[in-house]
Amino acid sequence: MQKGTKLALILAAIPFITLVFALPLVNRIYPLILGLPFILAWILGWVILTPPILWAAYLLEKKYNLPSEGEEK
Amino acid sequence: MNAALVIILATVIFSSLLGIYAGRKLKMNLENWTVGGRRFGIVIIWLLMAGEIYTTFTFLGASGWAYSKGAPTFYILIYGALAYTLSFFILPALWKVGKRYGLHTQPDYFIKRYNSRPLGVIVALIGVFSIIPYLQLQLAGLGFIVEVASNGSINSNLAIIISFLLTCAFVYTSGIRGAAWVAIIKDVMMILAVGIVGIGVPYIYFGGFGKMFQALIDQKPHHLILPGATAHMDVLWVMSTVLLTGFGFYMWPHVFGSAFSAKSDKIIKRNAIIMPFYQIPILLVFMVGFTALLVIPDLKNGDMAFLALVNKTYPSWFMGFVGAAGAVTAMVPSAILVLFASTLLAKNVYQTGFNPRAGQKTVMRLSRFMVLVITTLALIFAVFVPNELVNLLILGYDGVCQFFPGVVLGLFWPKVTKSGVFSGIVVGTGIVIFLILSHQDPFLGMNAGFIGLLVNSLITIFVSLIQKPSSIKIEQAAV
Repeated sequence: MQKGTKLALILAAIPFITLVFALPLVNRIYPLILGLPFILAWILGWVILTPPILWAAYLLEKKYNLPSEGEEK
Repeated sequence: MNAALVIILATVIFSSLLGIYAGRKLKMNLENWTVGGRRFGIVIIWLLMAGEIYTTFTFLGASGWAYSKGAPTFYILIYGALAYTLSFFILPALWKVGKRYGLHTQPDYFIKRYNSRPLGVIVALIGVFSIIPYLQLQLAGLGFIVEVASNGSINSNLAIIISFLLTCAFVYTSGIRGAAWVAIIKDVMMILAVGIVGIGVPYIYFGGFGKMFQALIDQKPHHLILPGATAHMDVLWVMSTVLLTGFGFYMWPHVFGSAFSAKSDKIIKRNAIIMPFYQIPILLVFMVGFTALLVIPDLKNGDMAFLALVNKTYPSWFMGFVGAAGAVTAMVPSAILVLFASTLLAKNVYQTGFNPRAGQKTVMRLSRFMVLVITTLALIFAVFVPNELVNLLILGYDGVCQFFPGVVLGLFWPKVTKSGVFSGIVVGTGIVIFLILSHQDPFLGMNAGFIGLLVNSLITIFVSLIQKPSSIKIEQAAV
């Protein structure tokens, strides 16, 4: 596996950790954040952060992977 | 004839005409009909995929669950982000394989990768069986919205029949391109409706989000944490359900297939990056459900929450606008679902299973004919078999999710074999059907489809490991 892909996969694990496996820890109402219950604010926050995370993964793949995008390997 | 009615009818008719117009210059062969000639750029791919994701379910199901179940509805906000993250890796690899071998559908992929026609037929059949409840969901939602929005002057079944026949007309003539064009109208109207109502109602009744939540916490302290107002939808249920729906998302035959219509693998990758932003308006839909619970707490059917609150709050022409948005929102995904179900039946059940020598023209003609068959079936289901909206959707996910090991291992793991995938799918689907029919869903607190997927993956890997690799290999596209 190329280094860029490996780094991208590590970044991609973040939404899975925060939005799935951390749920038992954040199932609470307080502290309220911007008026939202904590669990909802947590979920919303990580959903909004997912595009920047994927964008970083995209840049890392571009930087470290061989420029073989396209047809042949 | 009231204002609402005029707005709804005008929107539905105009959208269908636009859909028909979209395909006017194209010579309709299977390549143009199902994958738009593989020429879609980032804007149209985004519209198409957003068109598939934002369905009537977003209007009614998400607010309905916020109303009647509370916190478990948050799963809807989560799973999209997971699905797009996965798609960042899976879809570009898939696109390359599709381009190289000229694939149109999901079973095409299985047939090519595992060199097995029976596997293709099974995948096609499970796909069609999973699509039917999804389609029924769209139709039921559509009828519901139009009936309420027109204040009863259009009966629900009449609304379903009229708008669905129009939908079929543009699927028939323009294929996937028709759906993508109509998606433009749909997205604009939908975002406006959700934005205005979602920001409006908490403000009108409580003076803002924060005050609305405070009132809800004071009245029903447990509604906003899991398991909310339900008995069994606790943290473990949400975790297993978001994994199931996140993995299953791109396994829907229509979503899978639309990946093939992009111009390049880069377009798909960039699309995956921006898609999660499209989830955010769902938050506003939740707000509507929660506000409705405080303002009109005695609704019999939670799915009514969004419309009932709009009806109570806004003038009737705006209700018409919401109704029109809702109708188009049902039509776009319905169009895509019908298109792919028809192609699966014609290409992967008839041609693959019974008549491999059938020509492209025959398959194309049969696909179009199947549009009429699927339409009739779905109409019958929608009119005679009512069900709660979210449940229908999760049922479909239980089925399509079983394709995940076959698709993903097939792309990235050369050792996976036909028998491995075959036995995984059969056992996984069997477990799901058994658990649901014997009323053991959720099982040990987890979603039944997720259990099926777990067992399915283990069996696929195990059987593949004790066998020799299958003869045909698709090159490792992404890694």
